[in-house]
Amino acid sequence: MESNNIGVLMTCPMNSHLEQELEKRFKLLRLWTVRDRSKFLAAHRNSIHADVGNCSVCANAELIEALPKLEIVASFSVGFDKIDLAKSKEKGIGVTHTPDVLTDDVADMAIGLILMVLRKFCESDRFVRSGKWKKGTFMLTTKFTGKRVGIIGLGRVGMAVAKRVEAFSCPIGYYSRTEKPEIKYKYYSSVVKLAANSDILVVICPLTEETRHIINREVIDALGPKGVLINIGRGLHVDEPELVSALVEGRLGGAGLDVFEHEPEVPEELFGLDNVVLLPHVGSGTVETRRDMADLVIANLEVHFLKRPLLTPVV
Amino acid sequence: MATDEDGALPIVLVHRPANFHFPFKDRLETQFRLLDPFDSDPPESTHSFFSRHAASVRVLLCVDPEPISGDLISLLPNLHLIVCSSAGVDHVDLQECRRRSIAVTSAGKAFSPDVADLAVGLLIDVLRRVSAGDRYVRARLWARNGEYQLGSKLGGKRVGIVGLGSIGTEIAKRLESFGCAISYNSRKKKPYVHFPWHKNVYDLAINSDILVVCCALTEETHHMINKDVMTALGKEGVIINVGRGDLIDEKELVQLLVIGELGGAGLDVFENEPDVPEELFGLNNVVLSPHCAVATPECFDALEELITANLKAYFSSNPLQSLVEFE
Repeated sequence: MESNNIGVLMTCPMNSHLEQELEKRFKLLRLWTVRDRSKFLAAHRNSIHADVGNCSVCANAELIEALPKLEIVASFSVGFDKIDLAKSKEKGIGVTHTPDVLTDDVADMAIGLILMVLRKFCESDRFVRSGKWKKGTFMLTTKFTGKRVGIIGLGRVGMAVAKRVEAFSCPIGYYSRTEKPEIKYKYYSSVVKLAANSDILVVICPLTEETRHIINREVIDALGPKGVLINIGRGLHVDEPELVSALVEGRLGGAGLDVFEHEPEVPEELFGLDNVVLLPHVGSGTVETRRDMADLVIANLEVHFLKRPLLTPVV
Repeated sequence: MATDEDGALPIVLVHRPANFHFPFKDRLETQFRLLDPFDSDPPESTHSFFSRHAASVRVLLCVDPEPISGDLISLLPNLHLIVCSSAGVDHVDLQECRRRSIAVTSAGKAFSPDVADLAVGLLIDVLRRVSAGDRYVRARLWARNGEYQLGSKLGGKRVGIVGLGSIGTEIAKRLESFGCAISYNSRKKKPYVHFPWHKNVYDLAINSDILVVCCALTEETHHMINKDVMTALGKEGVIINVGRGDLIDEKELVQLLVIGELGGAGLDVFENEPDVPEELFGLNNVVLSPHCAVATPECFDALEELITANLKAYFSSNPLQSLVEFE
């Protein structure tokens, strides 16, 4: 198969380097540019052999069914909650993601959010820019070093977060599906228990049916009015309305959020709070890492069409 | 608790700004007799008060950076120790202290973790555009304009630490865990430190992507970060300053940032606080902080503990902590 004739569907704009590289090698079809998607997919159903998606739009059952020649789904993300894995398996479609290359950036951002929330960086920067410093001193904030950090999900990114947190002399606890006996951090058998014993709770597990709304009212109450929640996982990990009311009412001490239930919509009740930091899903958002992710997507597609084993299949 | 010969509490002379009531004065008064010029009735000038009590004063507690000049020190012939409440001691006439063999302690140890936390936070904020991203979301631009501008990865960056004292060491420890390559400049090479040492700041800058300034302000280090150093750091270079504003030639810094010849800056200190050059307000690659590196209740508790411990240690002839080394 001449590679320039291989149709690759890209679901939404995600990275211009990736787009350029895909265009050089394949026949790139940009789904977001067409008005009538069903008609478009029907017209190209026999030429699309690969789908490139991300954490917003990837490959649900409907899309998979519409593309009978689909052989591989390559996600420009480490999470694969927007891919119907069962349907992909049923059809023999390979699925890849981008683990490892973004681990450091996401872990860095978790620490960044902790510091931003505890030490109120965004608010103090506003304090200076607005001229208020000339009229008075900024409020006291809260120390990070030595605080108890609880991590939900001790996978690649969770471990990278733990490594950084150790350098700040913080005691570390964790929750995961099973206890990891080789890990020296303290295991808690429930998220509520972890929250009750943490000053800062970091969400970084995969999004599945079980972990949907893993941060609910009970967990938020256990974390308490001095506790801080950091979400660098998925918006759906958190019961967002519960979180918002807890923050507005002062039942939760603060939050650093890189993800939301309905991105790019962000609950506007949060805009007036100084104990919250809101980011537009930029956990892996560096020039270097996005380039590495793009190169990994391309590499997976290339090896697939050369009939070699996938580099980073979703397992 | 050691007391002097007639069983009374040991005397500590207090030197503070007029309107500043340090929060743990009451607790110190249970252990020491505090002599404070601003408590005298009728009101008395500092000079007069110091002279009147001179014979009995061996220890001076300096609260906040109220300057201690050679003149003031000369009023106290029996002074052995000055206990400071800040990490920086550029407000103390150290030469006079050295001449008179007066020991000086700083708050260095108590403050280091908080200052290091802030320095790391400033760096992540600048590289990953966190404050700018937060502004973007609150201005409702995410929904309207889509993805925010990409930042720059921290891991693998070469960080040059200017001054590897207590604070610099804490910063290095944290940044190593992020995968940064650390090197440093200080007056002398530190014997048990494994990071590469550069003999001057210019060499450090040539070999770094990021400079973290956390050294003491002295005559030698004034405007140490000058145009040559900043140019050596390069167009993508980032400067973090948690030391003193006067360590950097601020006018040059602003100019380079405005014309895009420096990648970014995270600043907790400025030359003329609380005045901050307004040209910086429009820049998204700059993070501004109102000299609050130590402004946490935990830090103040640690400070109180350190000051109390040092005062007790002096009067019971035990070793002091956070002693300032004279050059």
